[in-house]
Amino acid sequence: MNEIVKVVNLKKYFEIYDVKSKEKKYVKAVDGISFTINVGETLGLVGESGSGKTTTGKMILNLMKPTSGDIFLEGKSIKNLNKKEMRSLRKDIQVVFQNPYAALDPKMTIRDILIEPLSIHKIVSKYEYNNEVKRLLNMVGLSEKDMNKFPYEFSGGQRQRIGIAKAIAVKPKFIICDEPVSALDVSVQSQILNLLCELQRDLKISYLFIAHGLSVIRHVSDKVAIMYLGNIVEYGDAKSVFDYGAHPYTKALISSAPIPDPKRKNNGIILKGEVPSPINIPEGCPFHPRCKDAIEICKNKKPFLRKIKEDHMAACHLI
Amino acid sequence: MMPLLKVENLQVSFPWKNKSVKAVDGVSFDVPHKKIIALVGESGSGKSVTALSVMGLIAYEGGKIEGGEIIFDGQEILRMKEKRLSKIRGKDVAMIYQDPMASLNPGISVGDQIRESLLIHKIASRKESKQIALNLMREVGIPDADQRYGSLPASFSGGMRQRIMIAMAISCRPKLLIADEPTTALDVSLQADIMNTLQELKNKIGMSILLITHDLGLVAQHADNVVVMYCGKVMEESPVDKLFEEPLHPYTIGLMNCIPRIDVTQDQLFYIPGCVPSIYDYPMGCRFHNRCSKVKPICREKMPKLINLNDDRKVRCWLYQ
Repeated sequence: MNEIVKVVNLKKYFEIYDVKSKEKKYVKAVDGISFTINVGETLGLVGESGSGKTTTGKMILNLMKPTSGDIFLEGKSIKNLNKKEMRSLRKDIQVVFQNPYAALDPKMTIRDILIEPLSIHKIVSKYEYNNEVKRLLNMVGLSEKDMNKFPYEFSGGQRQRIGIAKAIAVKPKFIICDEPVSALDVSVQSQILNLLCELQRDLKISYLFIAHGLSVIRHVSDKVAIMYLGNIVEYGDAKSVFDYGAHPYTKALISSAPIPDPKRKNNGIILKGEVPSPINIPEGCPFHPRCKDAIEICKNKKPFLRKIKEDHMAACHLI
Repeated sequence: MMPLLKVENLQVSFPWKNKSVKAVDGVSFDVPHKKIIALVGESGSGKSVTALSVMGLIAYEGGKIEGGEIIFDGQEILRMKEKRLSKIRGKDVAMIYQDPMASLNPGISVGDQIRESLLIHKIASRKESKQIALNLMREVGIPDADQRYGSLPASFSGGMRQRIMIAMAISCRPKLLIADEPTTALDVSLQADIMNTLQELKNKIGMSILLITHDLGLVAQHADNVVVMYCGKVMEESPVDKLFEEPLHPYTIGLMNCIPRIDVTQDQLFYIPGCVPSIYDYPMGCRFHNRCSKVKPICREKMPKLINLNDDRKVRCWLYQ
């Protein structure tokens, strides 16, 4: 099998105490999602704020324990790992964060920032640190002269390159990119996206690419999962999902992304209302209060992901 | 006819290490009546500084007007006394910001915040103003306005807070609304809805909108005219359809090519090499020359002028001079 990550029925509920009704309630941040990512592939995870995409990322990184469900890395569950296994997991899974300004220690030089993961995971011997740092900087398109500079001396795009160099330093199999370009300028975004794609080709790394920008997701992903209120509502081959989006939510998201062409006006299906709070997820299909096609069954019964064609699944009663 | 807003050779500087740096360097553009003009640019291009100057607020941000003129509705804004300025600000020119939570007072009910400028500008009495505020809330699409009038901003979601900001801004029926990245902080599915609300209000009130954004998709869908800024300079100015049909400046061309498109599949994304230069060391000559694919020797030495190509298009590039 060339599966690298497999997520099975993953749930994360946060307990909260409601002062008014004096009851325990649950925020259902992630409510039973499953997906697989193959070697060298990218899964794009799309969703609005509160859809649970970052929580999913955190659980895969083992920074947060799932309420139920399981995560497998190369067929091995990441639950109940001992300290040594945990360390090797940390080496295999890396993360690139949204805000490169906050993700780098301002008091460390780039050399020290990059040496830290090398020494913790004993990637190379002490004598090879300098060469390895140079190699990493070259790989992400920075110069070795930058080695002794501090993070503040770099622009946003360059800092994100350093963040990527740090992630690939330990030769991971899998990288979670959590909105890696949304804090960057438009002209720099595409540089970083190209860099991530090149690295994937050269190093055979798999990505979980979390973003809310659909056009970015379309460009980088092989497969796409659309999340809404902790559920995956549509999942499948990226081209198929974008060209033949089946779920009303997917359709609305795709049609509401502004197209940079004044002649093609958005015929946008505009979603009314707001994302409901994950404390009170609506009965039945979580999307039904905002869905213009909702029928009676949508209010009572929650739809499950069903295959609608090869490599394409959607959770909707109407399909 | 005189345009509603005329910005002429605006220069704004900020102090830095006993010297000063120019964030906006000779920016000129017009906002005609009842039109949406988009100011497009990346971080550091000077678009927000321009907007704050139009509001007469730049001094509060530490900026200094070095020169130029801003004529709004026949009146010069830059040399106006604060007392007169405050009669225009919030009444004839209003502004909405990117982050609604940071711009609303967390301790005052939204209804009171919406009617505040009605009372300040003495447009309505306390009694009338409540009714107007309720109507405004309905106008911008806040459900159950009567019950929510007394709620605090914290009990509203991001999209609703942005609507409250819009209600505040349009309360005095301004002639010009400055919208500084109005949808950047919002979820994708709400962006289209908010932009449509703004369009509708614009037609209803008959105001102009100065839309500040970095999102060319938004520009294509909503603006009438576009001003492209880079490093404090206007690089190109054009009606929106002509700009997207045939962008002239290499920077505009680059910007358009490097947006990933949702409607087409691309193998590799085009990109502009390098990054936006820092305000402390702008390159000599054209400020875009070291990232430009069509650079000529003269670009490295002299800054090109913003020239009129024909009636409605302007470009600052040696390729066209």
